[in-house]
Order: sequence, then structure tokens, then C-alpha cells
Amino acid sequence: MMNILKNRIIKGVVARHIGQEPFKEIEVAGLELRSLIKKKFGRSLFIREVDTGSCGACESEIISANNPIYDLQRFGISFTASPRHADALLVTGPVSKNMLTALKKTYAAMPEPKFVITCGDCALDGGIFKGSYYVEGAVKDILPVELHIAGCPPSPLHIVKSLSAFLKR
Amino acid sequence: MGRLDIISELKNKLPDFNALWVSEDYPDELNIRVSNNAFKDTCSVLHKILPSPMMMLFAVDERKEAGRFIIKAVFASFRSRQWIIVSMDIPQEDPCFESMAKSIHSTSLFEREIREMFGIEPKGNPDIRRLVLHDEILPEGNYPLRKDFKAIKEGVLNEYKFNRVEGEGVFEVPVGPVHAGIIGPGHFRFSAAGEPIINLETRLGFTHRGIEKLFEGKFLSDAIRLSECVSGDSGFAHGLAFIQAAEKICGISIPVQSAYFRAVFLELERMYNHVNDIGGMAVDVGFSFPAAYASIIKEAILQLNDLLAASRYLRGVNVLGGVSTVIDEGKKQRIFDSLKFIRKDFDELEKMLNSSVSFMDRVDTTGVLRRKTAEDLGIIGLAGRASGIPTDLRKYFPGAYREVKFQMFTQESGDVLARLRVRFLEFKESCRLVNEFTKKLIEGEQVKVDACPKAGSALGYAEGWRGPVLYWLKTDSAGLIERCKVVDPSFLNWQGLSYAVLGNIIPDFPLCNKSFDLSYSGNDL
Repeated sequence: MMNILKNRIIKGVVARHIGQEPFKEIEVAGLELRSLIKKKFGRSLFIREVDTGSCGACESEIISANNPIYDLQRFGISFTASPRHADALLVTGPVSKNMLTALKKTYAAMPEPKFVITCGDCALDGGIFKGSYYVEGAVKDILPVELHIAGCPPSPLHIVKSLSAFLKR
Repeated sequence: MGRLDIISELKNKLPDFNALWVSEDYPDELNIRVSNNAFKDTCSVLHKILPSPMMMLFAVDERKEAGRFIIKAVFASFRSRQWIIVSMDIPQEDPCFESMAKSIHSTSLFEREIREMFGIEPKGNPDIRRLVLHDEILPEGNYPLRKDFKAIKEGVLNEYKFNRVEGEGVFEVPVGPVHAGIIGPGHFRFSAAGEPIINLETRLGFTHRGIEKLFEGKFLSDAIRLSECVSGDSGFAHGLAFIQAAEKICGISIPVQSAYFRAVFLELERMYNHVNDIGGMAVDVGFSFPAAYASIIKEAILQLNDLLAASRYLRGVNVLGGVSTVIDEGKKQRIFDSLKFIRKDFDELEKMLNSSVSFMDRVDTTGVLRRKTAEDLGIIGLAGRASGIPTDLRKYFPGAYREVKFQMFTQESGDVLARLRVRFLEFKESCRLVNEFTKKLIEGEQVKVDACPKAGSALGYAEGWRGPVLYWLKTDSAGLIERCKVVDPSFLNWQGLSYAVLGNIIPDFPLCNKSFDLSYSGNDL
């Protein structure tokens, strides 16, 4: 205990202010999101992400949304490793035929009540990959989709704002 | 080694070598057409004398115009700074060719790809399973890249056969396609006896979207967008390789300012991905503080991208004939300022990781890929450099990099630590390069020339952060794309991962995987 205190005094505050531009905006949007999640889901919203053939940019932005600058987790959103723990399924990519079964199985493995969110333009209707011989197309034809987050890829701030607007409904 | 040297060397090694024709449409491309019987030997000799892995091997369907398929093999000649493209005709009545998989290992995957996409049989290849068109999904007899393929025909579905390791105490661990993290889909099958992995088979193709087919029939200017979506995290490198091929066909040379711009963006892309991977490796050993630090640096670079290109992932920057960005003194200053902070934070991050004994213990001697193995497998790019192979297009095909004294970094040990160190060194070098190139940018200079599409074919290339991204492009007289072959470095490097993990324990797999950080979507196309 004494050691910890001593260390703390010697080193001072090592955490630093991030000082990035969208910081204030995310704070406002995030706090609103937190109060909505608290009201509707008790405390937190667990999301399972499935990539059905996206290029990887949407994944990168979802990961960015979890970095210390946006830090979605502090607003009550967690990304879970198992569909069994998830409230929502977040689908990216223009469902490749090879991923169709895996997508359906992931959805089936989630407990009720559950809902589906799509993220990125290609998840809406195939986007730039529309018309390919190997693309199933719109996720909404396969699963009941409640919310679509537009963008190619959507920025972390846009992801937070879209979720917030959706939960307000 | 010049063009004549290569031909005379070929004649030297193969007494009866006789090229049907040799052409040099562009200074950096040497096209050699040979007869069917000579193709295999020519490729083997080139593979040895250059030395170069099989960088690309692909087919083109010309049955409608000329009643034949063409197969082209691409090698890199670093000494003569040229790409050697060897081609042969395949008669449409008997679509098959002699496999080279037994003499040049790196051709094996390409041959399997040609077989599944065109139905041209590689005779003698011991492994002819499909790669991206899954047997459970697409019936036999469908060859999507043939020109007469319109829709999927009904037929017999098969089942994929995994390589089996048998013996007492051997068990299999199947993982995927849906993984625990927020990443792309792929199936890994480990065979382990006790802790160590004795075999890893990766089955990919889950993100196959038929991109090469989608390219066909598109205008060059429309197709740029598609090339940027092949692999999201190296969108700029893909766009650049595509646009280079297109510009070669159109016969234009871009203004020098736009070459600087492209170099700046290529390096920024490398930086945000390298720091992302360094953070990822820290996550995979459970060291979360540096990981958070790395993600702050990544975000700073993404925001810089957004400021310069109005896109965090640098989309829409490349246009035919140049770039679409403009620069002013204010923006230049922002780049210098941001880089200063980024560099300071990065040094801090490096110090943190280097001074952690438990972290170093995890990465040192983990996931070793020996140089000999890497050369045989045709490992390219960053993973190759970490195994001691001096390969970097920025050094051998420098372009704008000639003016900034680019330095290439290699490591000898080939383990996770080596790949980490190459990233450390390259990040700092990229930081310097962005600085240098930014100094050369001048406000208000011309950054774009007009281009009119033509018929022709050319090879485009760019050293993305994973390694060389290659595009071979062919257009018709209206300027529409007839064939576009894409090779992301991940395609060859995935097999490197399968070898690197052997003898390691399964819990170290995520770490090995992250140290390569290969693209699912770039491999599956």
C-alpha cells in the first residue's frame, strides 16, 4: 500500500489529455446514448459483430469506436465474443454466399429478445458489390433488420449518433 | 541485368529456348511469349536466376476473339528493375497445362485459383481443391471468370476435405469462420498433440465477392472505387496499383506533385496500419496499456487522413491522371505538427514494449518463419523482410522515392519479434518520408492531367504496408475493362502463417496471426 502511494506521488499523473477535435461532440452524443441504454436495457447493450464479406474498413471503424478517444464502453456498449451473450447483432459486408450459413447460425445462437443492426453501405443492398454472382445482397432479406448505419465506412462518431437516434424511437 | 541479359541467360540455361515474341511496351515490363512446351522450363529458370517468387499467375479468357485462353506468369527482376511477364496460349478445346507446383511452390495456389475460376486443369498438381468457391455452396462446373459465365448452374455439391493428421493423442481444434474479435471471417483447423501445433490448415474464401468479375465491363474511372474496396485497410495501395496500370495503358505520365501526394498517402496508410498491428500484438499478450496508446496514435493518423483527403481511409484520393487533393500552407503545417506528436508518442510506445520483459518473452522466438521456408513459399513484403529477404518495391522501383533516399529494413530471425521490429523501423522511416515529401508539396501546382482511355494491357504495382499489391489490367478499344487480376500480398503470405505456427502452442496463435496481420478480403477477392 505504502509502495503504491509512494509511486503515485513520485510519478504524478501519468494519464494525459487526448485533446482531439471530436472529443466534445462524442461526449454529448455518448452521454445521451448512455441514458437511453440505461432506460431501455437496464445497464448495458451487448453487441456481437459478424463480418459477412466486408473489406475490413467497417471493422476498423468499429474497433476505433472502442479506442480511448471514443471509448464506447463507457456509454454502456460492449462487444462480446459470443453470440450467446449478445442483445444485438451487428452485420457488416454484402453477405457473401459462403457466409450465409454462418450468419444465420450466429443469429440463431443469440437469446431472445434480439435485434439486428447493419453497418456500412454494402450491408444495406450489396453496395459496390451489388450484382455479383457470389453476393446474396441485402441483409434485411435474410434477417429482420431494425437499424442501418450508413457510410462507407461510417465514422465512429456517426456510429454513436445513429445508435442514439435509433434508441430514441 | 538488362533485357538482353535475361534473354541470353535464358538461352544459356535452355539450349532450345525460342521466344515466339518479345516486347517491351513499357520500360518496366518485358513480355515474353513462349510455346506451351517451353512455358514450364522458362518459368523455372526465371524463378532461379532472378531470383523471384511467382508474383502472379493468371489466365485470360480470349476464346471469343482468338479461340484460346492465355496464361501469364509474372516475375520481378529487381536487378534490371523490370517485371518479366511470360505468357502462353491454351487451346480452348483442351484447357489444361502442366503444373509447376512441384518445382516452384509459390505457383500452387495460383494454379488452384486458375482451375476453379476458369476450369483450366493444372496437370500434376497434387492439390486441386478449390480455394474461395466453397464446394458446399457452388456446384462443380461453374467457372465464374469465363466470359460466357452468366449465372450459377445447378449441379452436384461436394464437401471440402481437410488434411488430416492421424495418430494417438492427436486432436483437432476448428476455429471460425466467425471469430471472437471484430475481424474478418476465416476457418482455421489446428491439429495438435498436447500443446504444440503440428498442422494448421486455413480455409479462406468466406469474404469472396467476385471482385475480378465485377471489374469487367466497367469504365476505368468507375473501377477505382471498386479497387479501393478490395481490402479496406490498404485501400490506398490497391487504388494506386490499379491507377498505375490504367495510367500506363492511357500513356500518360502524372505531374510530379501528384507523385509526391501519392507517396505521402501511401506512407500514412503504412503508419496507421503498422501502429495498429503493434497495438494488436500488445492486446494478444494481454498488455492493454500500450495497446490503448497505439490506438490513440492510430486515431491521430486517421484524423490527419481525414483532414487531408476528406476520408479516414484515403478513399477517393486517386483519380485517373493524378490526385484530387489540394494542399495549402496551413495543411502542411498541420502535417508537420501532427507528425511531431505522433513520433513522440510512438517513441514512448516503443520504449514501453521494449522495456517489458514479459512482453519480450512472449514475442521472442515465437512463430519463426525461416528464410529458406519463406523463399520457397514465395513470402513477400513485410513478412519476407522480417525473415531476411530483401524485397521492397519502394527500393527497386523507386519512382518518387529516389529523391528521399529510402532505406529498407530487414531482420534475420523471422519470429514475431522480427516482424515487430520491422514495423518499428518502418514506422519511423515512414514518418521521415511523409515529412520529406510534404516539404516538396507546393500550393496551387498542377496535380492532375487529363487522360483518355485506350485499348491495351499493363501491370500496376505499389508497395502497400503488407507488401506488393499487383494489378494486371486489360482494356478494350472503348476503354472498358476486359480483365483485371488482383494479387494482394496476403494471398501468398497466408501459407507463411501456417508454417510459422508449427511447434508453437495454440494460445500463441493470435499473436502469430497478428504479427502477419493478413487480409481476409484481399485474399478472397
